[in-house]
Amino acid sequence: MTVAGLFGQLLAIVLALVLAPLLTGWVNQCRAWMQNRSAPPLLQSYYMLHKLFLKDVVLAHGTSSFFRTAPYVIFGCMLLACAIVPTLSTDLPLAPSADTIALVGVFGLARIFISLAAMDIGTSFGTLGGRREMLIGFLAEPALLMVIFTTALISQSTSVATIVETLAHRDFVIYPSLAFAGVAFTFVSFAENARVPVDNPATHLELTMIHEAMILEYSGRHLALIELAASLKLYAYSCLGLALFFPWGIAAGENPLGLLAAIPMLVFKLAVGGAFLAGIETINAKMRIFRAPEFLGTAFLLAVLGLLVRLLLETRV
Amino acid sequence: MTQLLAIDALLIAACAWLAVGLAGLAAPRNLRFISKTLFPVGALVGLGVGLLALFSLGQRPETAVLAIGLPDLPFHLRLDKLTAVFVMLLGFVSVGISIYAAGYFRKGEGTAPGLLCLEYHVFLASMLMVLLADDAYAFMVAWECMALSSFFLVTTDNRHAEIRRAGYLYLLIAHLGAIAILLSFGVMTSGSGDYSFAGMRAQELSPFWASVAYLLALVGFGAKAGLLPVHVWLPEAHPAAPSPVSAMMSGVMLKTAIYGLLRVSFDLLGTPLWWWGVVALAVGLATALFGVLYSTVQSDMKRLLAYSSIENIGLIVVGIGLTLIFHAYKMEGLAALALTAVFYHCLSHAGFKSLLFLATGSVLHATKERSLGKLGGLIHRMPWVAWLALVGVIASTGLPPLSGFVSEWLLLQGFLFSPGLPHPWLNMVVPIAAAVIALVAALAGFAMVKFYGIIFLGQMREENLKEAHDAGPWEKAGLVWLALIGFLLGLFPSSVIGVIDGATKQMLGAGLGERVREQGWWMLAPISAERASYEPLIFLVTIVLSVYLGKQIVRRLYHGRVRRSPAWDCGYVFQSSRAQDTAEGFSQPIRRIFEPAFRMDRHFPTGRDEKPYYTVKVEDHFWHWLYVPVARAAEFVSKLITRLQGGRISVYLMYSFLTLIILLLVARP
Repeated sequence: MTVAGLFGQLLAIVLALVLAPLLTGWVNQCRAWMQNRSAPPLLQSYYMLHKLFLKDVVLAHGTSSFFRTAPYVIFGCMLLACAIVPTLSTDLPLAPSADTIALVGVFGLARIFISLAAMDIGTSFGTLGGRREMLIGFLAEPALLMVIFTTALISQSTSVATIVETLAHRDFVIYPSLAFAGVAFTFVSFAENARVPVDNPATHLELTMIHEAMILEYSGRHLALIELAASLKLYAYSCLGLALFFPWGIAAGENPLGLLAAIPMLVFKLAVGGAFLAGIETINAKMRIFRAPEFLGTAFLLAVLGLLVRLLLETRV
Repeated sequence: MTQLLAIDALLIAACAWLAVGLAGLAAPRNLRFISKTLFPVGALVGLGVGLLALFSLGQRPETAVLAIGLPDLPFHLRLDKLTAVFVMLLGFVSVGISIYAAGYFRKGEGTAPGLLCLEYHVFLASMLMVLLADDAYAFMVAWECMALSSFFLVTTDNRHAEIRRAGYLYLLIAHLGAIAILLSFGVMTSGSGDYSFAGMRAQELSPFWASVAYLLALVGFGAKAGLLPVHVWLPEAHPAAPSPVSAMMSGVMLKTAIYGLLRVSFDLLGTPLWWWGVVALAVGLATALFGVLYSTVQSDMKRLLAYSSIENIGLIVVGIGLTLIFHAYKMEGLAALALTAVFYHCLSHAGFKSLLFLATGSVLHATKERSLGKLGGLIHRMPWVAWLALVGVIASTGLPPLSGFVSEWLLLQGFLFSPGLPHPWLNMVVPIAAAVIALVAALAGFAMVKFYGIIFLGQMREENLKEAHDAGPWEKAGLVWLALIGFLLGLFPSSVIGVIDGATKQMLGAGLGERVREQGWWMLAPISAERASYEPLIFLVTIVLSVYLGKQIVRRLYHGRVRRSPAWDCGYVFQSSRAQDTAEGFSQPIRRIFEPAFRMDRHFPTGRDEKPYYTVKVEDHFWHWLYVPVARAAEFVSKLITRLQGGRISVYLMYSFLTLIILLLVARP
């Protein structure tokens, strides 16, 4: 562990906390433009968070201490996820603490906590949301693991840093398996981040919501933390996707200048990715909840196909 | 002076367990003496057993010959490292269960406490003897003692017909399994008449007979472990038994079957054939998927856990299959990885599943209710049980940083590094198996959220739950012990792997120990740090630190004010506890998505019903496809045979006469 590594790690965490709400704001802005609405300001997410933090927490009668603990745990999980996904450099002191499989585990842990917290209130919408979230979760998680396995087979490692290093500094070869994996990953990240074909982040229409149903009873700082965690999750997924499929521009060494040079590249890639996400959300309609298994089943199948393509057709690197 | 060997000490411990059990008979109705003296003493013996096994993991194998048994056929015993791993599991897990049991048993629940104490300790001692046995005779005697004592424990509350039926089914399948095991041992002696394990090791079996012996062992031990299709007793017997017994059966007894399978396929049979591994892999995957699917749709909390045990046994057998494949191709490094995953999952499952079963015991005592649909909100009344059960839940969903994740991680690593098998077909099957495992792990999360969320969270679904009380001090202590095991196994994987590495080395000639030790105790990197690494402690510290800092910063910058009000629930006025999901409602998506996997009997309300109601009953396909036809056939055959019984003495005399003539014809010199 070097000073530069530590600096890079801290920078990555701070950057995640700064950029994540901005990314959410940017996606909302793009979506509003594409839908011919006047867009909220880019910093709207910050205003929202500030407002929520200022408000009192209103707890429903009959909620337990679990309900009050969960937002902090979810926030902690997402912060850890953002810390181990390489954004600026691959030299992260925290990276060895969790490889890609553990990264999937972190998302799983956060999911279990938010679903259980939703069930803790004991209202109809809470349990409905919790159940649906677990449904999406058990469909998406295997697909995500298969995507990760494909990249892990290419780089002969499950460590995120090693995967990114291998993929970033290889000769330019097009892997068909990565194409499959990339499409599957896109599907999964839509589902996992409660975006449009599977869930609608803007809805409060009772029967269609998933994520919103779980956090109905949260308010004040708890809601702020959950919203921040959701932004962090979107950021982590975007960065993971960028790191796996478009890894160029991530610094490999301990060079502080390389770190600083990587920031504009990252912001650029995130901006393009966010616009892409908004575009997909605009041209799609939300599907019925029982279409989600087909959607995610397709993702799972594509990911497994990618894995098989990797094993059968591609020569071992 | 002769030294006291570890194996002798273990035998003394077995005798001590028996003595504790017999002491219970001295005062069979004195609950205070039995629960507050005898069970804690049993727990102390368990601690001793665990520590002895830990010590003997670093020692050379020891043998002993007991004078008891048949003339010329004494009991041979042996304590090697494979045995030691499982004895350690038995010892340490039984400590938690025995302490818990000290506070659990009440007056007037079926069998008298003294008899229960005897059965329980005979069960413990016979499991220890199963692990120590070094010849088929001793093994089978101990195996049958274990089956019988656990049968009596299952039928503790034998006033209920369903419990007697569950016990009968258990006994039946246990004996089918025992026959298969006995036949397997018979094949392995290959007619030499030497029933000691050393003799079997020396036999050179032809591949055909070796395969027969392996398959018989898989069926026999599979019947005890709950592999498909001989799993049906498990979801019946576990809910029937008192909770400490369910915990002991699920946590420890199933592992003795895994031990037997490992002993036969790696030790007694020599080098395995590659397709043995494929068979185990396929059976294990089917079992795991079946178990987890059924566990998600259960409405009885102990049945849910029993199906989840089937799932975990499936995962363990998948690991064994993978090990067999690697071992058959002489890829010992990878085989060691997979075998370590097997051991690790045995240990971690023993810890967390006992914890969860015991937690259901406390819930059962507090509420007299096993059906999920009538529970809810117990975290308010039973905070200790609820938070400790959460440890078990997280461990059993295979999430970091607790114990379940480590074994799953190791298993997935084993799958990931499998390319390089010389068999192209296998290379293709293995990643698909990994995909199934990923699905199983994710579904396990669904089942556990259902289990925890419906029992402990939400509003209380029934009025009488308000009188529920938290567990007593003994029960709490037992739960805490098992939760500690979950944390220990989860947070210090490389130290634990260092301990069990001896067994891996003994069986495969290779282990992970050196490579893991190079990395330092906080880091788990079974191959190298570049390829894969996991640091659970740093993982946990990072999350805890960000939780703490997050809390502090928010408090300092803003405030910590809290108000209470009724739940909003989108503005609906009528809110009652009945609006929450029931167990059936929660698993509706699973029943819908995996509809062909279940045999469902449903009744939907129509618009015209006076009293609309909805029921769903989910049954096992195997029961109707396999067991019912077999039972009918058995009944048919026995009816045919009863025709011979005419009831007239002249007919019987004719039978004897005919038999005599046939014997004279056949048995000519």
